Amino acid sequence: MRRLKTLLLVTAATAIATGTAYADGHEKRGRDGELKIIYWQAPSTLNPYLSGGTKEVESASMVLESLARFDNTGKLTAWLADGIPTVENGGVAKDLTSITWKLKDGVKWSDGSALTANDAVFTWKYCTDPAGGCAQASYFDGVKNIEAVNDQTIKITFTGPKPFPYTALVGSESPIIQAAQFADCLGAKAPECTTANFGPIGTGPFVVDEFKPNDVIQLSANDQYRDAGKPAFAKVLFKGGGDAASAARSVLETAEFDYAWNLQIDPKLLSSMEAKGNGKVVTAFGTSVERLHINQSNPDPALGDERATIKHPHPFLTDPRIGQALSMAIDRALLVEVGYGSGGQVSCNVLPAPAAYASTANDSCKTQDIAGANKILDDAGWVKGGDGVRTKDGKRLSVTYQTSTNAVRQDTQALVKQWWSEIGVETELRNIDASVFFGGDPASPDTFQKFFADIEMYTNNFAGVDPEAYMANWRCAEIPSPKSQWQGANMQRFCSAEYDALVDKMSQTAALEDRADLAKQMNDMLMKSYSIIPLIHRGGVSAHANSLGGVKISDWDSELWNIADWHRAK
Amino acid sequence: MLNYTIRRLFLAIPTLLFISLVIFFIVKLSPSDPTANLPLTIPPEVREKIRESLGVNQPLLVQFGLWLKQLMISEPLYWTNQYFGTEFEVGQRIISYQTRSPVMDIVIQRMPQTLWVVGTAYLVGILIALPIGIFSAYRQYSIFDQAGTFVSMIGFSVPPFFSGVLVIVIFSVQLGWLPSIYDTTHIVDSWDSFVIQFKQMIMPVMVLALQTTAQISRFLRASMLDNLNQDYVRTARAKGLSEKIVVLVHVLRNSMIPVITVIALGVPTIFGGAIITEQVFKVNGLGQLLIISIQAGDVPTVQTLTFMFAVLIVLFNLVADVLYGLLDPRIRYD
Repeated sequence: MRRLKTLLLVTAATAIATGTAYADGHEKRGRDGELKIIYWQAPSTLNPYLSGGTKEVESASMVLESLARFDNTGKLTAWLADGIPTVENGGVAKDLTSITWKLKDGVKWSDGSALTANDAVFTWKYCTDPAGGCAQASYFDGVKNIEAVNDQTIKITFTGPKPFPYTALVGSESPIIQAAQFADCLGAKAPECTTANFGPIGTGPFVVDEFKPNDVIQLSANDQYRDAGKPAFAKVLFKGGGDAASAARSVLETAEFDYAWNLQIDPKLLSSMEAKGNGKVVTAFGTSVERLHINQSNPDPALGDERATIKHPHPFLTDPRIGQALSMAIDRALLVEVGYGSGGQVSCNVLPAPAAYASTANDSCKTQDIAGANKILDDAGWVKGGDGVRTKDGKRLSVTYQTSTNAVRQDTQALVKQWWSEIGVETELRNIDASVFFGGDPASPDTFQKFFADIEMYTNNFAGVDPEAYMANWRCAEIPSPKSQWQGANMQRFCSAEYDALVDKMSQTAALEDRADLAKQMNDMLMKSYSIIPLIHRGGVSAHANSLGGVKISDWDSELWNIADWHRAK
Repeated sequence: MLNYTIRRLFLAIPTLLFISLVIFFIVKLSPSDPTANLPLTIPPEVREKIRESLGVNQPLLVQFGLWLKQLMISEPLYWTNQYFGTEFEVGQRIISYQTRSPVMDIVIQRMPQTLWVVGTAYLVGILIALPIGIFSAYRQYSIFDQAGTFVSMIGFSVPPFFSGVLVIVIFSVQLGWLPSIYDTTHIVDSWDSFVIQFKQMIMPVMVLALQTTAQISRFLRASMLDNLNQDYVRTARAKGLSEKIVVLVHVLRNSMIPVITVIALGVPTIFGGAIITEQVFKVNGLGQLLIISIQAGDVPTVQTLTFMFAVLIVLFNLVADVLYGLLDPRIRYD
């Protein structure tokens, strides 16, 4: 009898115990074992300030966090801060010259110490030290001072009005690092702190156990993480190396890994791998656009030092009618199908997103119109010769078209060359190794800044959601030239006083609708000049195993931005 | 012989200095930029600052001198401190542009997996090559010899980026027997973990061994054929020695002299890693380190690695020469 009584009591106690656990609302941290991620480009360091590469920024985002970040829809979300400061709630000064952030209560570093405003101030000092060569310094552009008002409050003062103040310490590219850990690593001493750079102490869901540069990272759940039931995974194995196809294979075909990043491979191959049923391909669209830049200056080698400078306009590409014909001849939908699959969409704008900023004025480019293109060139007085190439006043419509070496880009080149031959344009193709093409070496004639060709193709984008700095790329002052050591972002040498005026106006406009309006106007002006021909709005393509739940891929922030929510799907 | 060795070692010093200078200029003068692979969202001013902090803009000779000083003085001092507990003042060590950490630390971290995989492959390759070479020569033009020739042709001509992916597709994707990705964090401490290690090593080792086998078995076959027709073989047979002794003792010993030289000359390639095979199986050893450093324009790493390979090659050339003298009494250097 007594035994039975005990048994009943025990049962009751157990019931109550499970009841409370259930009522508590969350499950145990680390319940789902190991998560295996493969990034075929392996991270070289875990300090995103010392390397601006995507692979470093994304891997570090599991450990380091910022005040606020962008979710998968591009919406700014408070992260370490307890809310987003705005002019309305008083967080942003009325004259737009300062912003005040308040930290969440009780956030702890993984070593148990408290996160304070001083860490934020230190991060700013660390990145802006002139000898440090900080890769994310542009996030602190226009910041006059960052001060700790008290332990929980950070005040950022700008040198002038800043209509979009959410740059410094926002997003995965400018996270807060721990002052205590990096105190002796300022400036030229930054590379000497290998232990800190390879194992930063963070506030994020995971802690670094071991980092092998360019090979593998082992992490485990952060005991101090502010959300008691997260992360669901106890361990993360973050492997690097190989190539995109084998990374895709390891998730979709052999199921050795749970998540693979950046799978820009033949879309047919990717979908045949996906058909095995082990995992899903996911895409996220940000602001990346594959585009053609139409050189407005003359790249003729006979011009010597003045080659490709605005002193000598291009003999025929400055005429928007030619650019328009070139654009109309392209079947963008086919380019997407051949090279990008689900990772691409037809784009008629150089600024395709966020939705509020995307213009609809240029959508006619979505369908190919060879006859129309031919007519425009006929009307402009360009006559087809015996070899099928159009000429006018002794000038031949013959262009060199360059891009970086990459299978998809070479396919695109070949298709475009074919279409252009149908409208009487002769095309000579070139491709240059990416590290040379995108390298800033002023001694090399093959960089994309020098642009010693008529047309070049690559992808560009902007980080975050505000296009102000991006649209400012096409000011006259941004034109690369020998004087500026060929630095500058206005590759096609577009120059318009009207455009420059819009850029200035945007830098003084705060209201979101007005800013969107200005951005659209600038985009349309560029499109009408046909100095940029947008081709494809490119998304990030990744794959995850079917058993992995909670993935919300984002192109606005790190793809791993919500890794704390990832779990094993039951 | 000792005099000869010492003389050669001294001669190696200017050779190595010259090699390092040539490597440096090849890497430096080719268009490469350590910031080229960064996203385009990073503006040019910031890139310039990064280059400055890396020291890329200094005059070439200053950069070379600095590297030489770090290699010859800072690194040895640092390792002396590490092993003997001395407290020499160590200047800045050789720092990689990519990781911003000492290059030698990464090299040492990666040495084990390269030695394990590539070294095992070399040994396995030799062990397979020896019987094939001997038997192919002894039964010249037999079916076995023809098959051996065929396999060697495949070994010589099929690149590992094809054979590697092929075996992955067969054994990992179709059959699901072996892992396609090498786990460098795996620790062997029990029978089960040894089995896992064995499984993940089979494919890269066999892909690499095929090449070694092809090379060495051809050499041994040719060398055996030369010797089998010599007078001393006829003498041995006339004395009434068994075929086993004639072939495996008399002929083989003489045939091995050139083959051992070839084997010795191949040892540095073990340390060089296997660039392509390491990439295919994600072994992430020294070969993979070299290739990604070249892609990233990481001059200090490329320079240090290639210099190490140069040292090994010069050293093993000497070893091969000395071995030749030891094995063949007809050859004397003094």
